[in-house]
Amino acid sequence: MYPADLRYTKEHEWVRVEGEIGTVGITDHAQKELGDIVYVDLPKVGSVSTKGQTFGSVESVKAVSDIYAPISGEIVEINELLATAPEKINEDPHGEAWLVKIKIGAPDEIKQLLSAEDYETYVGAETAH
Amino acid sequence: MSATPLKATPLNSVHRKMGAKMVDFGGWDMPVQYSGILDEHNAVRTAVGLFDVSHMGEIEFFGADAVALADWLSTNAASKLKIGQAQYSGLLYEHGGFVDDILVHKVADDHIFICVNASNQDKDFEHMRAHNPTQARVEFAGQRYAQLAIQGPKGLATLQRLTATDLSAILYYHFTSGEVAGVKARIARTGYTGEDGFEIYIAPEHAERIWNEVLNAGQEFGIKPCGLGARNTLRLEAKMALYGHEIDATLTPLEANLAWIVKFDKGDFLGRAALLKRKESGVQRKLVGFEMTGRGIARDGYEVLLDGSPAGWVTSGGPSPTLGKNIGLCYLPAGHAVPGKQIQILVRNQPVDAVTVPTPFYKRAK
Repeated sequence: MYPADLRYTKEHEWVRVEGEIGTVGITDHAQKELGDIVYVDLPKVGSVSTKGQTFGSVESVKAVSDIYAPISGEIVEINELLATAPEKINEDPHGEAWLVKIKIGAPDEIKQLLSAEDYETYVGAETAH
Repeated sequence: MSATPLKATPLNSVHRKMGAKMVDFGGWDMPVQYSGILDEHNAVRTAVGLFDVSHMGEIEFFGADAVALADWLSTNAASKLKIGQAQYSGLLYEHGGFVDDILVHKVADDHIFICVNASNQDKDFEHMRAHNPTQARVEFAGQRYAQLAIQGPKGLATLQRLTATDLSAILYYHFTSGEVAGVKARIARTGYTGEDGFEIYIAPEHAERIWNEVLNAGQEFGIKPCGLGARNTLRLEAKMALYGHEIDATLTPLEANLAWIVKFDKGDFLGRAALLKRKESGVQRKLVGFEMTGRGIARDGYEVLLDGSPAGWVTSGGPSPTLGKNIGLCYLPAGHAVPGKQIQILVRNQPVDAVTVPTPFYKRAK
């Protein structure tokens, strides 16, 4: 279910590390919880994100949900597709509907992220409540 | 976690079995969505949707004074109702603010049936009992009824398959007693979606079977079970008020553009003097619809700016699936609560442009 080549947070974001770039998105669990996504607010290219800080939001029909930066670093690209097709997050959250690319500022932070297996366990426990 | 257990409708286990996403709605464990809010919303606008609205409360008046009591307690003219007719009305405090908005049905000359909001039902009942100067008997009847809403252009065809009652003979805001799938039902041509449709009241023990029968009957039309999420987007497009949002104890029908449910000429009623005073002095703020012109979605409670200064608040806001726009309702100073005003909505500390527009946002073709 959750791709093994991604790393995850308890706030339901994922990161794909390729060299010095981390691509960030929200997880399938997050998009399911949100429902129909109708709007995405992303940070500006060139701005700097700090791990754990809000850096954007995703809105479903029903509600607004903050996105927390899973890692620190400079935003080098945002997914322009989402401005016109936010529903892609419901369709392909781990692929086409990535949110931003971050130039990894603190490589140590990567190690603190969850593996696919740990995230799946975490989500399973959370949903069982 | 709250220590108070959530209340459940007779269909609670059905919703869970069918995979609905459940939420705490004013103390009730209710389905917010099934297949998705957009999908359910579109089903109601184009075909038919089924809602469990058994959380709504029912209160009944019995006796020769039943109609007189309804007339005293509510703003609309209950005395003008014919048997089998329903009426949207306001239940007010003496100071003119809303206790609740209600649907008054005249079942017989000595029997009034009132549908009230789920989270207000205990308060409403206490209020009605405390302000009953007549001999009419006021009964809390929430436990007597499950309520299902069958809404959409194919609502009539769906329900017609389950009843011998000629549904096309029931006019809008009228109702009759009949049977649905062999079960005694009050069948009302009412709703909270802006579409044609029916609300049926049945005994709770039959709720699960009737729910399934309606889903089967509507299958060929593409019926969808719907949650409160779609109910909210649908009612917002139709500009129907939601207690706690457009109306509450601090607001009167005059502010909420509901003067049409206030019949000053019908004689005295609870709250009349206060309303009349407010009408004569003029209201300070009024409800008005708006559309976002900038990028952003207005949500309930967001601040509204007029010429850069705080001027009001959003009572309900969100995307309109039918219009493909972001819409909302807000309170503004009365002089500005007219269509065509440039306003801004404070969306997470960012002012975003919007313009006031005529309402309802959506009106079905007759």
